[in-house]
Amino acid sequence: MTFGKITTDLLAGLGQNIELFLLTLAFALPLGLLITFGSMSKFKPLKYLTKTFVWIIRGTPLMLQLFVVFYIPGLVFGYPMKSRMFAAAIAFIINYACYFSEIYRGGIESIPNGQYEAGQVLGMTKSQTFFRVVLMQVVKRIIPPMGNELLTLVKDTSLARVIAIGEVIMAAERYTARGLIWPLFYTGVYFLALCGILTLLFGWIEKKFSYYR
Amino acid sequence: MAILEVKDLHKQFEGFQVLKGINFELEKGQVMSIIGSSGSGKTTLLRCITQLETADQGMIMVDGSITFDSASKKKLSSEEKRKNQLKTGLVFQSFNLFPQYNVLENVTLAMKLAAERRPDFKENKKEIYEEIDDKAKVLIAKMGLSEKLKNYPCELSGGQQQRVSIVRAMALEPSILFFDEPTSALDPELTGEVLKVIRELAEEKMTMVIVTHEMDFAREVSDKIIFMDQGIIAESGSADDLINNPKTDRLKAFLSKVK
Ligand SMILES: Nc1ncnc2c1ncn2[C@@H]1O[C@H](COP(=O)(O)OP(=O)(O)O)[C@@H](O)[C@H]1O
Ligand SMILES: [Mg+2]
Repeated sequence: MTFGKITTDLLAGLGQNIELFLLTLAFALPLGLLITFGSMSKFKPLKYLTKTFVWIIRGTPLMLQLFVVFYIPGLVFGYPMKSRMFAAAIAFIINYACYFSEIYRGGIESIPNGQYEAGQVLGMTKSQTFFRVVLMQVVKRIIPPMGNELLTLVKDTSLARVIAIGEVIMAAERYTARGLIWPLFYTGVYFLALCGILTLLFGWIEKKFSYYR
Repeated sequence: MAILEVKDLHKQFEGFQVLKGINFELEKGQVMSIIGSSGSGKTTLLRCITQLETADQGMIMVDGSITFDSASKKKLSSEEKRKNQLKTGLVFQSFNLFPQYNVLENVTLAMKLAAERRPDFKENKKEIYEEIDDKAKVLIAKMGLSEKLKNYPCELSGGQQQRVSIVRAMALEPSILFFDEPTSALDPELTGEVLKVIRELAEEKMTMVIVTHEMDFAREVSDKIIFMDQGIIAESGSADDLINNPKTDRLKAFLSKVK
């Protein structure tokens, strides 16, 4: 086993992590916003339904949610999940959308009422005030917690191995099974690299937004 | 005819009566100051007239339109509400500028959004925006802020921010401009520059209602002063009368406190 072969093997595994990461990002970001609107709704039933849902998702392990999404359709409804990645993506998207929704909500609630009132007395509609005045301030405020959450997401993607997705740690474990232990520790380098890129990216975005307070 | 008429205005918050029947009129081009101790309902009165709050009872008429009337069952359409909203401008104690926009953008944003309703907006967008920018620049220059056009609120002093918020309110050409303690959030050395621009507006016969604790300023700039106490107008009159010859004990006590 050469070092090069192991490196490329693990890299192939990392591809799965990245795929899951990007899928989660693409769908959980907008879904989270919908959940935020639900949990902030003035319509009480919707509000409490959403809040209960968020509570359940945040109150149970992601690993368990992976099992549920992967096995329940087959066991209960007779439609087994065909794609493991699809199942993992669904679980991750729902899970992360709930966490994102809490970040969004915190951001939206941190905007002082005066901003909405200023919009109103200037004759702007509620949606104009939200999209043209409030939104960019929310975005600025949620960048740091979002950065944190995405680092967690990168590392969480390796949980997908519990439903046999051949992500990077699973790829390393194949070597461990054959008595070679160091590739397992070597995977840390891959995560550090991904997280390093994210940290730089978020640092750059934060700087982009630093022209106003 | 009065440009602002408030009749028997009542407002309560969770059973607590904040306004207990407010009556006054204001003529076009006049300046009225509202004085009174903290908690007497001054802010609530302004917020009811500028529609940030809905009063419980009474009537408000601004520039020929009844903007609130508890006796009338008629529902205003959203277009009528918006029109009414634009008849009054409000300058907040805490400025409430939009932090992500520079001075020019703060002043023009609402005008540009309103312009989208114009039937010729699509064809003439560029010209319309230029027109709005030019108009805003003239007003900003009048406030002595031409050098700050491209600056963001966080780069301005409190006095400059408040002047920008005054331009922002004026740019929409409201019939009446309301100020809620416009200098209370400012360091003492910065209040002067804000009071100066309000004075200039008064000289141009802008109709204004100003809540203030600056008694000298109120006396100098106002045609009329009302003194609010526990949700009613305890005393009102010309500026000199009210401040030099207070009749009620409450006003006497209030004046001796603020002087
Ligand atoms: N949104 C609100 N909810 C409950 N009470 C309020 C609200 N706004 C104002 N009040 C109360 O109404 C009273 C008058 O407040 P305000 O109009 O702000 O007075 P002023 O501006 O003269 O200091 C105060 O006792 C205040 O606590
Ligand atoms: Mg007040």
